[in-house]
Amino acid sequence: MNWLLEPFQYEFMQRALLACVLVGFTNGFLGAFVVVRRLALMADALSHSLLPGLALAAIVVGLSPAGLLLGGLLAAVFVALGGHLISRSSRVKEETAIAALYIVAFAFGIAIIKYAGVKVSLDHFLFGNILGVGDSDLWTSYAITCAVLLLLVALQRPLLLTIFESSVAKALGVPVGLLLGMLILLIVLAMVSSLQAVGVLLSLGLLILPAATIYLLSDSFDTMLWGGAALGTVGSVAGLLLSFWANIPSGPAIVLILGALFLAAYLFGPRYGVLSRYFKRRHLHEESLERWEKK
Amino acid sequence: MNHQLVIRDLTVSYSRIPAVHHLSASIHCGSCVALLGPNGAGKTTLLKAIAGLLPVETGCIRFEGHELGDHPSRAIAYVPQREAVDWDFPITVRGLVEMGRYPALGNWASFGSKDREAVEEALHVCDLEDLADRQISALSGGQQQRSFLARAWAQRAEIYLLDEPFTGLDRNATEAFAAAMRRLRDAGKLVIASHHDLKSVEALFDQILLLNGELVVCGPTAEAFTPENLDRAYGMHIFSGHAHHHHDHA
Repeated sequence: MNWLLEPFQYEFMQRALLACVLVGFTNGFLGAFVVVRRLALMADALSHSLLPGLALAAIVVGLSPAGLLLGGLLAAVFVALGGHLISRSSRVKEETAIAALYIVAFAFGIAIIKYAGVKVSLDHFLFGNILGVGDSDLWTSYAITCAVLLLLVALQRPLLLTIFESSVAKALGVPVGLLLGMLILLIVLAMVSSLQAVGVLLSLGLLILPAATIYLLSDSFDTMLWGGAALGTVGSVAGLLLSFWANIPSGPAIVLILGALFLAAYLFGPRYGVLSRYFKRRHLHEESLERWEKK
Repeated sequence: MNHQLVIRDLTVSYSRIPAVHHLSASIHCGSCVALLGPNGAGKTTLLKAIAGLLPVETGCIRFEGHELGDHPSRAIAYVPQREAVDWDFPITVRGLVEMGRYPALGNWASFGSKDREAVEEALHVCDLEDLADRQISALSGGQQQRSFLARAWAQRAEIYLLDEPFTGLDRNATEAFAAAMRRLRDAGKLVIASHHDLKSVEALFDQILLLNGELVVCGPTAEAFTPENLDRAYGMHIFSGHAHHHHDHA
């Protein structure tokens, strides 16, 4: 056990551990909605659009978590709403409009980031550094975790109706547009919380990989929610340990671990895994041949 | 007197083009109604308007004395076209039917024995008991349609609005779905289904509502499903061959 506990005698590793648990759990839980509602590309656009918001916030109010949170939120809302408006008012489809907006926003972010205060580096935004997690970061993550979990659990039934079939939900009086808007906001919040750990670019991995992995293993949405949260937590902590032992940055380490688990589920998942399906098909084929021969 | 759905002077637009004009009709519960008409006649628009999914421009839709449309009603269940659904959704047939209980349960009430009973009953009515634990993509088209019917039953809906439920179903699946539909009818429910296969109307439905932007006729199939009415709805004699054929044997 010593080898496992040894890294955590350092205080920065204890903080990092707590951050991993919070961020991994929140993103893993939320990921079920993102994967099932097919919002992964939307989430990618949102993650990129965080950068200009963060850069502006850093220029205006410095590196306070509240400022970063607000800047990120505003930028993401700008991209999501703007994309929606452009697609409705022209022939450009929504995914094109959102891609156009977020990539311009991203370029703008890179262009202005050098005007931000002294210590900010592009690397820090893009890839994060979980070993530099401060108290205020932890409190932010904690608050976001509580908000996301509370809202998703409280509104689970109307959300499930909405993401399964929105017209049926609408006919039942569920405020579909409002709930989807809330989902987008929660995605941005979860990404802001994972910023310090994995950065803007890799935050998407924390959001979708655990849920996508469980999606390949289970036919229950509840299992996707809680299994995704558990997998996100375990994967993040394992990634942290990997980064400690192998001396690689924490963000890539976490995403690589989660990616390996996804690949394993894709290949070996008992029902939907590619290999299992391949062998099962042969088996069924033989079974049906047998039935024919008996007749 | 039975419950009835009353539509009065209804006009509804779809993407800013009026699709249903000044339509008035009243339909009693306890029947299976075919919503017929050429493409663009406003079949889906009418269904969506009754479901409260489209704003009503003129007129009103009333059920059991309540006006629908301004607030969606649990008494109405809308079943979308099969293509509109993501069948890979991580849910089993039972999970899908359980969703029918959500409106009654709200956000917090726990899923009780009454709800479980309603779900079992719905599975029974739609003949899905053996398939209850299957993921929904592992069903045939007809079974998928029936699982939505079961969800609506669990919701305790009185009016079932089905958008082209028979499209793509083979003969056996059509039979099974029609049987489930008749069970709903015999339980006093109102089933309204848009339908485009005129050959099967008489076998499947006891009432028709014929549209071509406005109401052509609404009534019992035996009286209203005539070549003259069909001609008026479809504008030309495209379906007269079949209708004459029907009269030869009648």
